[in-house]
Amino acid sequence: MKRFLAIMMCLVMVLAVVGCSNGAKTETPKTDDTAKKVKVGFICLHDEQSTYDLNFINAAKAACEKLGVEMVLKTGINEDNSCYETAADMAASGCIAVFADSFGHEDYMIQAAKEFPDVQFCHSTGTKAHTENLPNYHNAFAAIYEGRYLAGVVAGLKLNEMIEAGKFTAEEAKVGYVGAFTYAEVISGYTSFFLGVRSVCPTATMEVTFTGSWYDPTAEKEGAQKLIQGGCKLISQHADSLGAPSACEEAGIPDVSYNGSTKEAGPNTYLISSRIDWEPYYEYAITAAMNGTPIDVDWTGTIATGSVKLTELNEGVVAAGTAEKLAEVQAALEAGTLHVFDTANFTVKGEKLTSYLADVDTDDAFTPDTEVIKDGYFSESEFRSAPYFDVQIDGITLLDVNFG
Amino acid sequence: MKSKKALFHIVKRDTLPWYKSWMIRGAAILLALVMCSLVTVMVTGLNPLDLYKTMFYGAFGTERKTWVLFQKLAILLGISLAVTPAFKMRFWNIGAEGQVMAGGLACAAIMITLGNKVSSNGLMILMMVVASIVAGAVWGFLPAFFKAHWNTNETLFTLMMNYIAIQLAAYFIIIWEVPKGSGKIGMINQNTRMGWLPYLGGKQYAIIIIVIAILTVLLHIYLKYSKHGYEIAVVGESERTARYAGIKVEWVIIRTMILSGALCGFMGMLLVGGTDHTLSTDIVGGRGFTAVMVSWLAKFNPIVMVLTSFLLVFMQLGAKEVATNFYLNESFSEILTGIILFFIIGCEFFITYKLQFSKSGKEA
Repeated sequence: MKRFLAIMMCLVMVLAVVGCSNGAKTETPKTDDTAKKVKVGFICLHDEQSTYDLNFINAAKAACEKLGVEMVLKTGINEDNSCYETAADMAASGCIAVFADSFGHEDYMIQAAKEFPDVQFCHSTGTKAHTENLPNYHNAFAAIYEGRYLAGVVAGLKLNEMIEAGKFTAEEAKVGYVGAFTYAEVISGYTSFFLGVRSVCPTATMEVTFTGSWYDPTAEKEGAQKLIQGGCKLISQHADSLGAPSACEEAGIPDVSYNGSTKEAGPNTYLISSRIDWEPYYEYAITAAMNGTPIDVDWTGTIATGSVKLTELNEGVVAAGTAEKLAEVQAALEAGTLHVFDTANFTVKGEKLTSYLADVDTDDAFTPDTEVIKDGYFSESEFRSAPYFDVQIDGITLLDVNFG
Repeated sequence: MKSKKALFHIVKRDTLPWYKSWMIRGAAILLALVMCSLVTVMVTGLNPLDLYKTMFYGAFGTERKTWVLFQKLAILLGISLAVTPAFKMRFWNIGAEGQVMAGGLACAAIMITLGNKVSSNGLMILMMVVASIVAGAVWGFLPAFFKAHWNTNETLFTLMMNYIAIQLAAYFIIIWEVPKGSGKIGMINQNTRMGWLPYLGGKQYAIIIIVIAILTVLLHIYLKYSKHGYEIAVVGESERTARYAGIKVEWVIIRTMILSGALCGFMGMLLVGGTDHTLSTDIVGGRGFTAVMVSWLAKFNPIVMVLTSFLLVFMQLGAKEVATNFYLNESFSEILTGIILFFIIGCEFFITYKLQFSKSGKEA
């Protein structure tokens, strides 16, 4: 008992120190804001080291600055209960809206949304909002397959240039792709990229390897090296580290990256990168939350909303005439005369795709539920914002399937 | 002539009166806080008082934060309680991580496979409790059995059992993942809430806190007043004495490790059914190892463990808040926690030993 008393005394001492600081703090400049600032919470899977999260963090900063709201940022939040705890904590601490950036955060965001009906929960890349029917839970994505397609065009032109220069034959034009998981978002990404490549370099083929992680610099680098050793002439990626770009720079292989420029990691090999700019969505959703107006259940950004962006071309590395071709294709996409997943442009097991039921309403077993082929193209991102294109098309070989 | 005299000698102390040793500990905590503020000021240029205020806010700032503090305290304390009987017996069980994982895995298995086959939530929870206790007990029994019969090294054995449990969990996560390819299970039975521990008075964590409070008292009684507790203490002091006194040492080892493992398994059930409602390979999050420290610092006294685990959880949540508020990386909270632990563990040295400075200065 005596020990107990003693340790209690110690704690009282410690708390006294804390308590004093409580009293002394009232005149710090933090409280000088005239009005109560609106607070908005952002949950990120990793920190700025990951290009994926950096892309979100930059958008969050830009949107908050523009709207004059306070940004509460938590990085390194895993796709487990800590996401629920963080989201609930943000809501309980006065945030009017909470955003999360990773696919696996979804269940935990829904859990928090159920508990705090007055706070808006917006989840990027998620798939469940349209079936959960919660008024304060929303999904968002962008038609990034259009950006990927454009990046693919740049890659295809580079392949053509190398073929013409006699570096390899047209039949050897093989593209390598480092993916994360065998999930629709990744499949939609590499397929649209490949279709972009093949629209200008018809003999191109592609090999895909998976790392089983959204962020694993070593595995991504090794994946890229494996593809290069297997004869790939150009590499692209859907994984978030600088692993693949640095492997390409070491091997002198052109690289199309994702989520932002990696020119610093590969000044002599980086071509272009496509990315989603989340700032328009954040601005839209935060404004709606402030005004109390409804937020779309599924919001899909496009090139027109400024959500699908291409980073600057690396002029010294890309093929001549790339910029002109890019502008031409982009105009066709925006005008709706060109569809990325036009069924005339790809085959599945040697046949044209005339009907396809996609798994739009998420369930455990991936039950197909919605017809997504219409007017001769696969209508991606129409029935929900997150991609659902999961068709294995001809010309693409999956080297391994890592479910890590 | 030139022989140098050491500047100081390390001398073992006589046993210190209780208040002196606790004064040393208190001083260590204060010093640690000063050190933490120094580091923070150097890194961020913040006012140290702001730092303490933010830490306090992180732990008690809102009603929700306070609940989370007590929930985290309860889980860490529960695992610490679970490892204590074995440690008191001088059985170096560092397999709590795996034992909790085994319990959590068994619990998740019941929730997932029987989630839509059983209609009563009470029955469901009963099965979860039994399954997780059995799984944890098996994980505790194996190293104890080998130790008792073939004198294997329990430290290595329990450590390796951790990896087996974690790899098993990883394997089953792939089998149960939703959606396929995502590598995550997501929330189990999110809409039916099958197997979720009830929210008492609308508070999710109340039940866990109450259960652990009861467990603390029970374990204190078990260790201090029961015959089993006495046997554990004797075996811990000296196996030979225990044998001489007619205690069946092998049986005590096995029995105690089954108890430890079962309690760990039960904690896994609380984690999966009570707080997280999912299973991931880092669900235990190193707490199986932190628990060893909690137990050790408290000299295996369950009541004191409440305070040591409180201190650690308070620091962890407080430092996290500091990291968020001042845009620091999560690692910053780990640095602060590291400093505190360094001082607390370091001060035990000064409780057992003292420095005697030699008076060489005058002679020279």
